[in-house]
Parts: sequence; structure tokens; C-alpha cells
Amino acid sequence: MTRGDGSPGDASFGDASLNGASPGDGDGSPRGGGGSPAGGNGDRDLAELLAFLRRRVTGEYDVDEFGFDPEFTDRVLLELIRPLYRRWFRVETVGMRNVPGDSGALVVANHSGTIPLDALMLQVALHDEHPRRRAIRLLGADLVYQLPLLGHLSRKTGHTLACREDADRLLRKGELVGVFPEGFKGVGKPFSERYRLQRFGRGGFVASAIRAGVPIVPCSIVGAEEIYPKIGDLRLMARALGLPYLPVTPFFPWLGPLGLVPLPSKWIIGFGEPVRTDELDPADADDPMVVFNLTDQVREMIQQQLNELRLQRGHAFPPFF
Amino acid sequence: MTHTVLVTGVSRHIGARVASVLAADPGIDRVIGVDTVPPPSLSRDGGVPLGRTEFVRVDLRSPDIAQVIAAADIDTVVHMSLLSAPSRSGGRALMKEHNVIGTMQLLGACQRSATVRRVVVRSTTAVYGSSPHDPAVFTEDTEPGEPPGHGYAKDACEVEGYVRGFARRRLDVTVSMLRFANFMGPGVDSPLTRYFTQPVLPTVLGFDPRLQFVHEDDAVEVLRRMAMEDHPGTFNVAGDGVLLLSQCARRAGLPSLPVPSSAFRFMGGLARGAGLVGFSPEQLRLMRYGRVVDTARLAAALGWRPKFSTASAYEDFVRARDLAGGLPSAMLDLFSQAVEQAVRR
Repeated sequence: MTRGDGSPGDASFGDASLNGASPGDGDGSPRGGGGSPAGGNGDRDLAELLAFLRRRVTGEYDVDEFGFDPEFTDRVLLELIRPLYRRWFRVETVGMRNVPGDSGALVVANHSGTIPLDALMLQVALHDEHPRRRAIRLLGADLVYQLPLLGHLSRKTGHTLACREDADRLLRKGELVGVFPEGFKGVGKPFSERYRLQRFGRGGFVASAIRAGVPIVPCSIVGAEEIYPKIGDLRLMARALGLPYLPVTPFFPWLGPLGLVPLPSKWIIGFGEPVRTDELDPADADDPMVVFNLTDQVREMIQQQLNELRLQRGHAFPPFF
Repeated sequence: MTHTVLVTGVSRHIGARVASVLAADPGIDRVIGVDTVPPPSLSRDGGVPLGRTEFVRVDLRSPDIAQVIAAADIDTVVHMSLLSAPSRSGGRALMKEHNVIGTMQLLGACQRSATVRRVVVRSTTAVYGSSPHDPAVFTEDTEPGEPPGHGYAKDACEVEGYVRGFARRRLDVTVSMLRFANFMGPGVDSPLTRYFTQPVLPTVLGFDPRLQFVHEDDAVEVLRRMAMEDHPGTFNVAGDGVLLLSQCARRAGLPSLPVPSSAFRFMGGLARGAGLVGFSPEQLRLMRYGRVVDTARLAAALGWRPKFSTASAYEDFVRARDLAGGLPSAMLDLFSQAVEQAVRR
């Protein structure tokens, strides 16, 4: 569905960008090029849209060596997610200045929500609200890359497999890399354990940051825990389908596809004070004690920030309760 | 120092071009080209003029190659004779014998030779395999998670193993191993170029592999430099940049037809049976997961970068074969005009 000219996938290019480019959409459309005089705007938008369509149809766009297609990501995929980001979850960001503007950094975030929508929201946040419109390059589980469609959408949106080689390569290139060290333990934890950070893998991400000498930015995402409250797990079914878990929520699977609609919780994404690693020797990446200590420090910072932001947010579902 | 160069696989396109540029170099005394079949005639089959290359018809699987090396005081060997697909008559068994036994015989002869100083071997990036568990970009040192288990890629892995063994036993010989990405260009005939000359490109549903090409001119230039200078080691060779399969189809203006992977495999088998497009299992994996390599080591060693990027190599191929189907862009032109008129009204 992602390729083939004239397939439904291509039709969505047109729809999505038409929505974004229509003059009525005054809601700070992120790439509107604000400040231009209103006259002739429509014509220019139309010409731009046609040029965009032409690039897509003739393949005249670039992808990087990881398969990242910035234009497709910004104008199609993120455009589809933006309504969810703005209106449904009403995401607020805090501490965006802690994310460096043009150098490499490692964003380490908590993972929650049963379905990893937090990764998508983090991507929109950094792209639309960071002054340098940074593209985050997330490191994903290998399960993602085995699946048809998902694996390649993930590469097109700039993400790659969580492995040492890819992390090092991206950080060396000065990219903003994001990891969720809790992995499936975090995203699939029961609702009763919400906002409690799980174990942080083996600290491979910290070693990569030390090797590259880039800062680690602790990131706390509040709100994702409530979108699909997981109150049960269909273990046998999950194993049969090869999934890490199959959640039971108050609405799923009872309401069928309707149960897949995420609850409209209020979100805050906070970026904490960066932890510097350039004062360490790159050889320290091979010292397990240094790596474990730094991992613990980052984990503590995320947990603390998580608690503060949760207090600041108050109720999960304003204005209802 | 006088140079006598032996080039294997001169009856095929890249081999013939390498032999011909080496023959045109005044710094080289003799170029001896060997292959199992005679080179195609210039007029009919699009053969490449070999210049003053002396052609010797030798079956590499036989020990005759030792006599050729001993008789001519050869100092440089460029081993290009690696078949990427079984020939229509021979089949897979013959291809494997040609690739693996042929290399063993050649290296055996080199090991005995007192004159050989430099050995350049053509290998392929297919040795890295293609899987969802590997890093996105392979360097020469990457150990693939799933080494290729069959076909061309397995042959290349075995050939590389013998070459490494040879390099260990003859420390005085400079051994360069070149892992080429898929060749692309007007004269290239490979399973992949045959794939791209179909009117409709079947793709695997839900997959859009990253591909890398090396233009034939750049491949010839790399092999020429490697044959003339000492650059020991293993090097990836590929054009800069990456194309997705979907981009390739769009740039050529060809419609693509996504089919589920089981159907793709079945169709590949059918096409192979009919002798149309030979698609082996490892190429099917390439069509799902793709493969990208890092070429920094080659650029550092040669102080040179390929003239053609992956995209321009592909463009050159499309232009030369006159593949560009203009239908999508023509339809887009009509659509744009209609929209502009509607707006003006």
C-alpha cells in the first residue's frame, strides 16, 4: 500500500496535504511559512502542492542511508497524527530548550500506553515545537522490523533498529536519537503500575552516548499511561500471534475496533536538564560501573520529572474529571 | 617494474571492460584474459573491444590455469569470474562449481607462483545477507546476523573464505577483496537489471527495500586502480546515497504491483522456470529487507569517490535502456492543467 502509483496510499498524499495547505486552516499550520501576505497565498500553496505531488510521483526526493524520507514524514505521516496531538491529547511540552539545536544528543524517555503512541507524539513534539524542527531518530525493537508495512513505515519516518552500530552511526552524524530503554516492559505494563519506571535494559544507550560524547536528555511523557488502561493480558493468544502481549482494557476487546480509540487523556512531554558525557573518556563506555551508574542517574531523573509533571497536570481527563 | 596482468571472466561485460582499460594502459606489458567461453563478437552481441588482451580459453575448474600463470610470469591477478546467476543450460550445480572450485584452482595456482604479487578479487555485498536483525548500514567489519545460506551469496562467502586463507599463507602477496553493490549501467546484464526492464515491477507487499548501485564505469575504475596500486584489505564499493525500490519504480515511470511475499516467491519461481527473470531466494530477501553498505574505507584508501551516485547510476541505466514510461508524469501534467484551469475560472 505504500508504493504503487495510484494506490490508496498515494491518494492520502493529496488529502493530507490539501488539509494542511487549505487557507482556512489558520491554526498555526507548522510549515505555513508565517508572515507572508495573504494575497496570492492560495495560488502559491496550490503550485507548491502540485510540485509536491510531482516529486512524489516521479520519485525525485531523497532518502538517507537509513531510509528516512523527511518530506513523506512531515507532509503525510505527521500530518495524519497532528490532529491527535493537538486536539485529542492536547500535548504540552516543557523544557524544549534542553534539547540541543543542531548537534547530536540522546533523548531517553519513559515508555507506556500499551500501543506506543508516545513515540509518535514525541516525534511530533520535537518536529513541530523545537525551534530547529528536529527529526528524532528512534531506536525500535526488532519485532517492528520483521513486520510488513510497519518496519518500512518506521524506516521512512527516520527510525531504525536498536543496535549499537546504528546508534553510534546516527550520533556520529549529529542526529537526535531517541530510546525507550524500558522497551516492552514499559509499554505493556498493567495500569496499576502506571508512572512507575521499569528496569532499564542493559544500558547500551548510555554506552553509545559516552562513545559519541553527546549529552543525554531525560524525557518524561505524562498522559500516555491512560490512553489504553491495561487491566488484563491474553497471554495464550499473544503467544499464538507472536506478540509480546495482547491487552485487555475496559473497552478492548469488548467493543471491537471501537475499543482501539485511545482515551483522550491530557499529555505533557517534559525535557530535563541534559546529562553531559563529553567529560568522560570514550573508553569509559566499556566500563560497566560507569555505564550502570549513569543509567541509574538518568532513570532517577526521569522518574522524578515524571512525578513532578504528573502533579502539575492534575486530572488525567480534563475537563471531565 | 613490468606488469603482466591476468583477468578472469573477460567474456562478460565488466570483465571485458576491465581487461580493455588495462590493455590501454602503457604501463602494463601484457594483459591475458581467460574465461570458459570465448568473448561475444563485437558486432552482434554488444561485446567490448579487448584491445591487445590475449585471450586464452581456460576452464577455471581445471588445473590448466596453473600453466597459464606459470608460462606468462604473471604478477597481478584480477579475479572477476563470479557468476551471479545460473546459466540457462548449466544450472545451479555448475554455477557453484564455477565460482567455488574455479576460485580454489586459481588461488592454488597463485600460491605456487613465484611471480604473483597482487591479487584482486571481485566479491559482492550479498555476503552480508539481508535481514531485519542487522544494522541499517554494513561496514566491512560487520558480522551479519544471518549469513546467507544459499546461491550466489553463499558462493561469494565461500570464495572470500578461500581468499582469506590464501592471504594468510602468502603474506608477501597484496590481496584486495572488493564487495560490489549491484552493478548498474547501460551494459550490465544481471538479475536485477533484468528485473527493472519488466513492464510492471512486482514488489513484496508491505516492504520497500533500500537499494544501492554501483555504476559500471566506477566499478571498472575501482578494479583498474586496485590492479595498479597496492591496497590490501576488504572494501565495500557502492555509489553514494540510497534509492528505495518504490523510488526506482517511480523514477523509471514504471507501475509496481505489490503482491504478498508468498505469491512473490511463487512468481519468482515461475519466472525462473520460464527463463525470464532469475530470482534466487537471497535476491527475494533483498527485495524485502534491502541492503546498504558504508564505503568510507574505499574512499579513504583510494582518495577517490565514485563518479555516479546510486541515483545517477540508475538514471543512466534507465536512459540507456529507454525504460522511462512517461505515463504517470503525463497524467500528472493533465491533472495539473485541469486544476489550474479550475482555479482560474
